Amino acid sequence: MTRAAAVFAAALAIALPLSLLAGRGGLSAPVSATELLILTELRLPRAVLAVFVGAGLGMAGAAMQGYLRNPLADPGLFGIAPGAALGAVTALLAGAPWWAVPPAALAGAAAAMALLALVAGRTPPGLGRGIALFTLAGLMISSLAGALTALVISLAPNAFVLSEIVMWLNGALTDRSWREVAIAAPLILSGCALLLLTARALDALTLGEAVARSLGVVPGRLLWLLVAGVGLTVGAGVAVAGIIGFVGLIVPHLVRPLTDRRPSALLLPAALAGGLLVLIADTAVRILPLMVELRLGIVLSFIGAPFFLWLLLRLRRGWA
Amino acid sequence: MTLEARELSVPGRLERVTLPLRGGRVTAICGPNGAGKSTLLQALAGLLPPAAGTVLLDGEPLCALDPRRRAQAVGYLPQGAEIAWDVTVRSVVALGRMPHGDRADAPVAAALAAMDAAHLAERRVLTLSGGERARVLLARVLAGEPRWILADEPLAALDLAHRAALMRHLRAAAEGGAGVVVVLHDLAAAMNEADEVVVLDRGRLVVSGTPEAVLSPGLIARVWHHDAVWIGEAGHRALVGR
Repeated sequence: MTRAAAVFAAALAIALPLSLLAGRGGLSAPVSATELLILTELRLPRAVLAVFVGAGLGMAGAAMQGYLRNPLADPGLFGIAPGAALGAVTALLAGAPWWAVPPAALAGAAAAMALLALVAGRTPPGLGRGIALFTLAGLMISSLAGALTALVISLAPNAFVLSEIVMWLNGALTDRSWREVAIAAPLILSGCALLLLTARALDALTLGEAVARSLGVVPGRLLWLLVAGVGLTVGAGVAVAGIIGFVGLIVPHLVRPLTDRRPSALLLPAALAGGLLVLIADTAVRILPLMVELRLGIVLSFIGAPFFLWLLLRLRRGWA
Repeated sequence: MTLEARELSVPGRLERVTLPLRGGRVTAICGPNGAGKSTLLQALAGLLPPAAGTVLLDGEPLCALDPRRRAQAVGYLPQGAEIAWDVTVRSVVALGRMPHGDRADAPVAAALAAMDAAHLAERRVLTLSGGERARVLLARVLAGEPRWILADEPLAALDLAHRAALMRHLRAAAEGGAGVVVVLHDLAAAMNEADEVVVLDRGRLVVSGTPEAVLSPGLIARVWHHDAVWIGEAGHRALVGR
């Protein structure tokens, strides 16, 4: 394990138990049966889910930045998160029961991936063209899913459904249970496993697509590992927590200075740091003394957007 | 050990180029801008699927070869020096080991030393000068110990001493049995350093052979539209305009 991975693993090991103490109801010294229930059935699954969702987003972001060789890349670029959101929102509009929302989101993510495959999957194996084509196709799929989501919102039959949809889109881990963990964890773990398989190829891409291919990287295989990995991690994350932006964008930047900057050295620490960031943000959401609980997605955007601006300023002055 | 282009065509860039190459020699590919030199090198490296014709490595079609086996046999250095992340010199050179699936230290150290870059090993690549970067990128190719070294304009960013050192090193690799194929703009370098010169013009192979036989003032006038003569003795020739 690298230094960066060790640092974030240790921070996570400290933050996870501490986050269990945070919440509206305090805990007494000998924990009562009710408090134990709150801990094991409410706070613990929520914290574990935060770590999984964040880890998926963090690693997907690191892999995307490595693949596109661009520090401003985000897992959202493939259109998978908007696709998942569209699936979930459609289910909410149809009045589907709570348990049907995550599968609908996963179906949306899968549809976005399939469309991506259809549009850009037969890219001729020329040098340099594949990445641009996929990025543009992903952006178009994002726009399309966004437009359809807006359409679904405008079709909401009443204020209750509308508010349910909007609240869901803002992203949250409120009232999540072990059920959501059971849905998301295996998908996120397998997505991360696929992304870890791209590690050396991402390193080779540091020297450009031609050199990577000359070193034995097969662009098509790399791309599918990446799309499937990002699809599983991000799709599963959106399915259980709604849209949680900026994690995939910010986390690789937080981690990169602690590594030797090889894309492969970033993957595991970015997963751990992503889990830590979402856990901290979700804990902050729970303890902020407000009338209503803030949505996690909103909090992360409040952290993420200024960070992104600061990043742009730094880029303007010279390379990070 | 052979690498052979047979009736190779890439639409708009190469037309029916047949070129047998043998190991143990330094071959220079020359030609004016847009002649198809880089395209030919990419095709020889197995990076461009030809529209027609084949590239054969020891008689086997290159595009049918397992990418990893191909990568072990053929090292490719493109023109320019694209580097996306500010990694260390050592990790750039270690990428050369990727086709072998190891990170063996000895070949990496040897390649760094050969390119006079051992002292740069822990530096970040984006802090290097253009010439230092060019040496590090060639060291990456050498670290893979390929049987074929294909390099596109490896001399472009180098100062005099490092140009000579690089050519000496490629010569040594060729004497060790490797096939060395370099795209060169500098005709004097081709004349003095290569065993064989291949001249391309507008996608076609014009002529190939020993430098003395190929790079005559007449051919230079015809292909490059430039009037020039060679001065100096064999091995130390210089090209001067008339």
